[in-house]
Amino acid sequence: MARETWLVFSRALMLSLRNPAWMIIGLMQPVLYLFFFGPLLEQMTEHTPGFPPGTSWQILTPALIAQLALFGAAFVGFGLLAELRLGVIERLQVTPVSRTALLLGRVLRDAVHLLTQSVLILILAFTVFDLRASFGAVVLTLTMVFLLGIALASCSYALALTLRSEEAFPAVLNTVLLPIMLLSGIMIPITRGLAPDWLYAISRWNPFTHVIDAERASFRSEFTTDALLTGWLVLLVLAGLGVLWGVRTFRRESA
Amino acid sequence: MIEARGLARTFRTRGRTTDAVRGVDLDVAAGELVGFLGPNGAGKTTTLRMLTTLLRPTAGTATVAGRDLAGDPLGVRRRIGYVGQTGGTRPEARVHEELEAIGRLYGRTKSDARARTVALADRLDLTDLLRRPVKALSGGQRRRLDIAMGLVHDPRLVFLDEPTAALDPRSRANVWQHIRALREQHGTTVFLTTHYLDEADALCDRVLVIDNGTIVATGAPAELKARVAGDLVAVGVEHRDLPRVAEIAARIPRSSEVATVERGVQFRVPRGDLAMPELLRALDVADIATTSLRVHQPTLDDVFLTLTGRTIRDAELSTEQEAPVGA
Repeated sequence: MARETWLVFSRALMLSLRNPAWMIIGLMQPVLYLFFFGPLLEQMTEHTPGFPPGTSWQILTPALIAQLALFGAAFVGFGLLAELRLGVIERLQVTPVSRTALLLGRVLRDAVHLLTQSVLILILAFTVFDLRASFGAVVLTLTMVFLLGIALASCSYALALTLRSEEAFPAVLNTVLLPIMLLSGIMIPITRGLAPDWLYAISRWNPFTHVIDAERASFRSEFTTDALLTGWLVLLVLAGLGVLWGVRTFRRESA
Repeated sequence: MIEARGLARTFRTRGRTTDAVRGVDLDVAAGELVGFLGPNGAGKTTTLRMLTTLLRPTAGTATVAGRDLAGDPLGVRRRIGYVGQTGGTRPEARVHEELEAIGRLYGRTKSDARARTVALADRLDLTDLLRRPVKALSGGQRRRLDIAMGLVHDPRLVFLDEPTAALDPRSRANVWQHIRALREQHGTTVFLTTHYLDEADALCDRVLVIDNGTIVATGAPAELKARVAGDLVAVGVEHRDLPRVAEIAARIPRSSEVATVERGVQFRVPRGDLAMPELLRALDVADIATTSLRVHQPTLDDVFLTLTGRTIRDAELSTEQEAPVGA
């Protein structure tokens, strides 16, 4: 299994390295946010009551990384649909390779892809902008991003294989992702001080809120808070369920 | 090599159920080259996908390459080669990379996979193309690569789904050659689907005709064609001579289905070539001038027509709208 996963992973990674353009294009959005939205947030963080503690960059950078995951890893199913059309998936399914390895190899490639993008964003935020965070915070956040990538990519593949339609897939995904993004306080944190009670209550039901809160807490070096623990638990459950869903869908596909 | 009993598959889409395959029995012996012939949407691909572990049957059992399909799909996968309709190679990858990668997935070591790639490339005339990206290959070259991809683990049984669909005549002939070589030089059992009658005719030892999800006939191409009542002879004559010619035709030994058509008379006879001299003599004696003369040997299309009451092309037109996805 490990060998097979590695084979699928290294092959997928090699093919995506051949087309690095996609990684750069994926980075455009967070980079634009850093440049054109970050400076605005700087003033708002200082003068608006109800904003969580920490500098604007400590609030924005983890959010941008989470957004990268939401709109990058969540769409990897597109690639699967294209390969389905080309018969690549079928070609792999008739080999004796375990279905779990077929999924995990791809998912790991996507997680590594996301991790690389996140590192680039962090470097930019550290060097060009005024982000300050401890080494521990960075490692913790990147680990979370990796898990988030695994969770989202698995779900994306499962959804793509279930829908089997290059039209329905983005439509469903956009419908699901926009509320998730808005309700996770990616741009402006949803706190008791800023949001009406009902909005705050809804946002607590959104798992991604907890993930982003945990990332922000670690950036503020608050390693012992509830937020960090909750975020990690949510993330582990999310990744577990995602992989389970993905593996089940990959298995169901054939005899 | 293949033994299937009552293999069936039902698709459910939006509350409607479609019986793509309704209880197929088939036996293929080792070393045979068998064609699965039928119009698009008849259930060929669905059956093939079931036999290759890509689709779970809703009913029935099968033993493929000595392994039980339901009980040991992994065993089946290790022993069979499969060449799908849409190749399964990534356009941006290089030919040798694809072959090596698939070899590794079948458990070969790196050097072993490389050696196998070189050997297969030699066999399928791909040696000069190994370093090219897949998207730079022509249709025929691509098809040869697809076949090579299915042979990486040297299977004793190979399934080919519409191996020459959308190829130009020269590439088709070339692919046929390679398919024949599979059996003749390597003793591989080949099971292919096709909706080209000439392909089944030219290539296969035995043909299974499928229509509407059931097998309607099995036999060697010649055997199947013999079931149609012989050659069709068409004599073109002046309108006024029609009744007399019909009479003459009816007197030819073993002639049948005599019919007057637009500008002539048609009839069937077991051997058209042998009946011809006699027919001409009789017409000459009666002083009837012929405007044309044609002997039409039965094709598998006639077989399909006799068996199902429609030609393959008609069958395709009528099933096109209702064919389920992936069937």
